[in-house]
Formats: sequence, C-alpha cells, structure tokens
Amino acid sequence: MNRLENQQAGKEGMGIQVKERLLNGIVKENPTFVLMLGMCPTLAVTTSAINGLGMGLTTMVVLALSNVFISLLRNIIPDKVRIPAFIVIIASFVTVVELLLQGFIPFLYDALGIYIPLIVVNCIILGRAEAYAYKNPVIPSLFDGIGMGLGFSVALTCIGAVRELIGAGEIFGIHVMPESYVPVSIFIMAPGAFFVLALLTAIQNKVKINGEKKGKDMSKIQSGCGSDCMNCAESGCSRRLVEQKVKEDKNNA
Amino acid sequence: MSELMKVSSNPHVRSKTTTSQIMLAVVIALLPAAGFGIYNFGLDALLLILVTVASTVLTEYLFEKICKKRITIGDYSAVVTGLLLALNLPPSAPWWIGVVGGVFAILVVKMLFGGLGQNFMNPALGARCFLLISFTSIMTNFDCDAYSGATPLANLKAGAEVNILDMVVGRTAGTIGETSMVAIVIGACFLILLGIIDLRIPGSYLISFVIFISLFSGHGFDWPYISAHLAGGGLMLGAFFMATDYVTRPITKNGQYLFGILLGILTGIFRIFGPSAEGVSYAIIIGNLLVPLIEKITLPKAFGKGGEKA
Repeated sequence: MNRLENQQAGKEGMGIQVKERLLNGIVKENPTFVLMLGMCPTLAVTTSAINGLGMGLTTMVVLALSNVFISLLRNIIPDKVRIPAFIVIIASFVTVVELLLQGFIPFLYDALGIYIPLIVVNCIILGRAEAYAYKNPVIPSLFDGIGMGLGFSVALTCIGAVRELIGAGEIFGIHVMPESYVPVSIFIMAPGAFFVLALLTAIQNKVKINGEKKGKDMSKIQSGCGSDCMNCAESGCSRRLVEQKVKEDKNNA
Repeated sequence: MSELMKVSSNPHVRSKTTTSQIMLAVVIALLPAAGFGIYNFGLDALLLILVTVASTVLTEYLFEKICKKRITIGDYSAVVTGLLLALNLPPSAPWWIGVVGGVFAILVVKMLFGGLGQNFMNPALGARCFLLISFTSIMTNFDCDAYSGATPLANLKAGAEVNILDMVVGRTAGTIGETSMVAIVIGACFLILLGIIDLRIPGSYLISFVIFISLFSGHGFDWPYISAHLAGGGLMLGAFFMATDYVTRPITKNGQYLFGILLGILTGIFRIFGPSAEGVSYAIIIGNLLVPLIEKITLPKAFGKGGEKA
C-alpha cells in the first residue's frame, strides 16, 4: 500500500517535473531572451520566420537527443574527458540531422547552410549537457532538452517573423503588408537582427517585471534545483553545496 | 565659516552658457544652408525639413512622456538633430523618409542610450546611414525639378568634368543642405566666432583629407580636383557641423586632432577606393565609435604622475 502510494506520488512528481522543465525552457530560462546563449545562429539565420523556425526545431531535436544520451551515459563518462565526450555525442546527432535535412527538406538545408554543422558548437546544447543532463535522470533531461529547444524555436521564430515583416513585408513568405509599403531592408541584414533581438528582449523583460509587480508569483516556475547551480538564481543553494563540500573535505582529511 | 572653506565636488569651473543657447546657435548657423537648400530645390525641401524636425521633436517628447522622464525638448538638441538629418536627405525623398529617420535618430540612437550626452554616435548621421542602407534607391536618387543626373562628386568619380564655381555656390544636385559650400562656411564662421566650435577637428579633418587625396587619388596635387572634392558632397557639412558634435567627439585636445586626422583618412578611403562616391557619414560614425579609444590613449597625465622614476 505504502509503496503504491509512493509510486503514485513519484509519478505525479514526474508530471510536475516535466511541466516545470518545459516551462523553464520556454519562459523562465528562455535560452535566447534570458540566458543569451546561442547568439550566433540567433543573429545569423533569422532573416525569415521559416528559417528561424527551422533552425529552432533542428536544434531542439539535437538538444533533446543529446541530452538523453548524455544523461544515459552520465555514470560512465569520466569527469575529466566529459567535454570531448559531449561533443562527440552532439556531433553525431548533428550529422544525422544534417543528412536528414539534406535528404528531405532541401530548401531549409540550403537556407541554413553552414549553420547546421555549427549546431555542434551551439553553446545552448553544451550548456544543457554540462548543467543539466550530466547530473540528472533521463526523462527530466529529455524534457529539459525539449523545453529549451522549444524556447529557442519560439525566440527564433519571433525574431525571424518581426525581421521578415519589417524587412520584406511578409510573414512565412505570405505578403501581409499593403502594396505601398516600402520594406526597410536593413532589418533582413545583420544590424536588423540586433535591433529586433534587443527589442524583443526588452519587451519580454517588461512583461516579466509587470507580472511580478501585479503579484503573479513568477518564482513558482522553479528550477526545482536539480543541482543546476549554473543557472540557479538562489545563491543560498550553491553556498550550501560549497559548505557541504568543505565539510566532506574536512571529514576526509 | 568663511567662503574659503567651502568644499564642493567638481565641476568647479562653470560657464553661464546653457545647452539650449548652444543648440540654438547651431540651429541659427544651419539656417543659411537650409535656406539655400529651399531656394535651390523648392518647397519640397522646406516640407521635408519641417516634417523631419517635427518628427524628431515629437519623438523625444512622446518618449519622455511615456517613460515619465523630464521633458528635454526645450534644449533644442532634437531640433538640431532633425535639421541636420533633413539637410542630409535628397530633396526628392518622400516625407515619410524624414519621419522614419527622425524616429530612428531620436528613439534608437539617442533616447535608448540615455538621451542627450549619452548617445554613442551622432543621431542624425546614425539615422542617415540607417536610411541609406534601408532605402538605397530613394536615398541616392538626386533627381528633382531643378536638377537631374548624378551629383558632382559622382561625376568626379566617373572622371567627368565638373564646374567648381557651381559646386562652391551650391547650384548642383545633392542633398538639401550639402550643396552650398558658401552657406555652410558662413554658418561655421558664426559658430567659430561665438566660440562654440573651434578649428581643431574641422582643420585636421580637411588637411588630412587633402593630403590623403593628393597622395592616393592618382591625380597628385591637382588643385581643381582637390577643390572639387572639398566642395562636393557632405564634407563641409560633416566637418563643421557633425564631426564637432559635443557628445560624440573626443574631449581631449590631442584626441580631437587625432579624431580629425582619422576622419580625413577614412573619408579619403571611402571616396577613392569605395564603391560609392560619398563616404563622409560612414567615416564620421566609425570615428564616433572609436572615440572612447582615442580618449583613452590621449588622456593627459595628472600632475605629479609619470616622469623619471627616482
């Protein structure tokens, strides 16, 4: 009886954790607007909404798969060579995804170009591997990857859509602006990426601050401390870990 | 307690001149160039100037109103920005170019960085380059009722003959305010006499530009060619009114000479080796970006610092 209850509680806990991981990736720790990671593809490929979406989803697939495998292998990978091991795993999945794209969605493959192989060195993926997947079980790692990937996709699609709208008068290739509209072509060039990224980050911050003022408890979307200290806002937690470590060292001595 | 004991933080030397007085003087100094532009290009130019100035002032007012900041349109700096931007637009540009440029200049280049004194590049030039990249065909179309065809500077680059007297007086195609060297120099003399600008930046700019042109243009020290370069395009307007912008120039004296020389070389490179005929605005905004570095290397030594170590 007791064990059954525990199992049920465990399952519910898992559900909450999954939801929390997804929300964490999309809203609270959005890799683009909050963590400011992966700026290279963010600025370079978002010339249109479809490119942004394609890049985001491609990254999400790689991120979810590499998170799962790194999490599976986390007890086998030696600490000292973990970064090369991560890179090998990530690079394998990028190669798979690249070949799939080339075979099945050639227009996206052509549009993203060099930025597909460069997903290997996308710091979101390495960051999540190091900060989350390497220290957590498989299922939360999978949803961490999906959440972060969705957050990245949403951000890139938004940036791409705004740039495409202002710079070409279209969204997803469909003409939406009136005929007399003269496109502001700087927005589909490099400077436009910076303008739009800054603008959307500012709006996102403003919404968040307003939400906090209204008393909506944003902190409810907790990071659920999976010893994710790199991105943890609660400094007290990491201090506790440090103290624990010091204590252990003392005991060992 | 006696007066002598009063302790206060710097600045200790204060001037009675206010920002609005300086800005108003710059506006007055720009009027000859603006007036000549209107005379030269007709009422379209007047309309464009009015729309641009109105949009810069209104943008600054609305931004400060929405952000609940102190309203600073009374210091006329937005008027200066709008006027300078309008003088940098071709007379045939539609009115909304002035609005887009004005909003960009004030909102993005100036207010988002903290308002007057905090902007990292000249707002008018930032907006001009924004427009030039975004609407290249509109911004480089100098056809209007009075003139058709290329600017004298483009003709010069293409190797055609140019009439230097027309260029000095201003009877040529070009942006609204850049054509007349005479009108600009009259305004500049007014500012120099008032002590608002000095010749450090314009002087070193023009001299280094002349030296660069005579060395690298392939024409040698050919006076007609050089004077055509001096009178053509936005060089005079840029050297006297935009490079000397208080906010975006170096504050050290040596830095100002260095800044001028840098601008001269950059303008020369853009005009002679670049694909387009004009390069003053890009030269000045690149110079603006280097100002912090220039100030760093030309920082004067504090009294007692440096020298031989004992």
